[in-house]
Amino acid sequence: MGKPKVGFFDFASCEGCQIELTNYGDAAFLELLNHIDIVEFREAMSEKADQLDIAFIEGSFTREADRARLEEIRNRSGVVISYGACASTGGINALKNHQDDYTKCVYGEDANMPHLNSQKAMPISEAIKVDFQVLGCPMDRTEFVNIVSHLLHGKEPVVPNHPVCVECKRNETVCRFDDGDHCVGQVARAGCGAPCPADGIPCEACRGFVDDANEEALKKVLVDRGGLSMARAESKTRMFTANLRSDR
Amino acid sequence: MKKDININVHHLTRVEGHGNIRVNVKSGKIEKCEWQVPEAPRFFEAMIRGRHYSEVARITSRICGICSVGHTLASIRGTECALGINETWQTNRLRTLLKHAENFDSHILHIYFLIAPDLLGAPSVFPLVATHGEVVARALKLKRLGHEWGAALAGRTTHPTTAIPGGFSKLPTEAELKALKEKMVAAVPDLEETIKTVASLAPNIPAFNRPTEYMALAADDHYAVYDGEIQTVLPDGDKKRYSIQDYKSVTNEWVSPQSTAKFCKNRLDSYAAGALARFNNNYEFLHPNAKALAETLGMSPVVGNPYLNSAAQLIEVVHAVYDSLEIIDQLLSKGINSEELQKPTKYSTGAGAVEVPRGILFHEYTYDKEGICVSGNCIIPTNQNHANIQMDFDALVPELLEQNKSEAEMELALEMLVRAYDPCISCSTHFLKVEFVN
Repeated sequence: MGKPKVGFFDFASCEGCQIELTNYGDAAFLELLNHIDIVEFREAMSEKADQLDIAFIEGSFTREADRARLEEIRNRSGVVISYGACASTGGINALKNHQDDYTKCVYGEDANMPHLNSQKAMPISEAIKVDFQVLGCPMDRTEFVNIVSHLLHGKEPVVPNHPVCVECKRNETVCRFDDGDHCVGQVARAGCGAPCPADGIPCEACRGFVDDANEEALKKVLVDRGGLSMARAESKTRMFTANLRSDR
Repeated sequence: MKKDININVHHLTRVEGHGNIRVNVKSGKIEKCEWQVPEAPRFFEAMIRGRHYSEVARITSRICGICSVGHTLASIRGTECALGINETWQTNRLRTLLKHAENFDSHILHIYFLIAPDLLGAPSVFPLVATHGEVVARALKLKRLGHEWGAALAGRTTHPTTAIPGGFSKLPTEAELKALKEKMVAAVPDLEETIKTVASLAPNIPAFNRPTEYMALAADDHYAVYDGEIQTVLPDGDKKRYSIQDYKSVTNEWVSPQSTAKFCKNRLDSYAAGALARFNNNYEFLHPNAKALAETLGMSPVVGNPYLNSAAQLIEVVHAVYDSLEIIDQLLSKGINSEELQKPTKYSTGAGAVEVPRGILFHEYTYDKEGICVSGNCIIPTNQNHANIQMDFDALVPELLEQNKSEAEMELALEMLVRAYDPCISCSTHFLKVEFVN
């Protein structure tokens, strides 16, 4: 088999995950090009392709009008991978999903213009079948390479289902709660290596929750140990995870 | 010659975000000539309502992955102004160093990955791996330096972690700053080669002159990228200063009768932000090595060719490296001191501005007495450039028709013009309105 043909696509997002691809530096990126053939990538190239072995999709599904473009990508791709939080869970974009006045808040009297129509921010899997996910905001570059490597070797990628706390313990990072702060790492899905607590800021679960996360216990810990008000605890569990809450 | 031209570039490539170019010419008469933006809106100002001040910059950082450092810093500056927080000297120096990292990083990406293919006649950087392998490897090495430089200060460059209101949650060590300095010094040969490559390609940069008003941050004693006040310079060199808190009366959004897009204007009908605007406003404070490059490229203010924005970016790349070497020396001479985060002294409204790669960026917030965000407003450089791009189109298309250019040549010239502005459309959805042509 020749090198798989790979395409990159973007929807509602900051395009930061594709920027992460350029942050590998010369050696790793050029090595990656020895194993995959990038044939379509609007932000970086003018060429376009017909058939793809792997389509990487960044960004959330926020407009019904985008469904046809997503289906078109699905139809000509062997494997579809959502990469980054926006594409995989809705990510930060889903922060507006519980609001009903977001268009008016931002656009005022122009809010009714048709192109400003935006529905709830949903993962790509809401519109088309997604085979694999690369989680995180931004995605973790090492995990991206791991997943590509697994696929090239015919293996199923494995996404951890343990909390970020495990990684902090492994890193010997002082717990944010012991530092007088708060954190949602106890139910956040690991796999990132827990850089945020190590850098002195709370984990905000940009990779989503572990399976069957206990939301009520999370809020209680944020209030009892983190000293947050219940209102802040409530909003904290929504940061990158509005679509993963029981009330979504 | 009376001819028909139909240019319809849907989702222009090699720009950040989605944009369209529409030009219709019938029997030599221009019927439509528009730059349009169909990017999906994302509603950040709505999403930050009800959020604690410690979370706001981590949300607005997500407006843009390329300039997330700049959004973080503009957000922090707006928040610190609203909360009555004054930064320390050390924090100012570290944040300026961080801002340089982003401008270096993004400019390298733009020059090598998005602009160079046009000048080398390639559709993208990927075919250049085979034909110009050493250029691509050098580009990736410099790109990695930009990333490591920013990461040394802010944890990471895409959505930074350590830069927060009040200071830094984690400071770089003196050893890390020394290592960063060594990396920068080691990159100088690659930088020199980059200058040679760009200088050799400079004759391929189109000649087009439409001087406009140029807006950038400015200070009395340095090339402002992280602090200072608003300044604009007119084509005749006349400069005027404004307070950042007055940003709304300087950006003046208005609805044009000929377009559905909201435009910005100040003293003229449109203004430009970005590397060329900073160059035109702050040339005198460039590092001597950056000035020397400007001389090599034949550039002195006020430069009126928008295609030369990419050249101004390279001049800033050189300035960023040499100014940063001096900042690192300043920091090392005093030693890195662990500092407590500065605490709020009030809860009110405040605006902040920094220079992101594409130009001046404003963030403004209002906080209640619990430190919870009540409202916010972000004005992004690509939006501010929107009217100027349109007016460049209005001037350029008749010139191209006059020169009897083919449809393909016109399309490339317009695409290259838009790319020169390095538009960051993901960022800019806030005000843009689109008319879809059938």
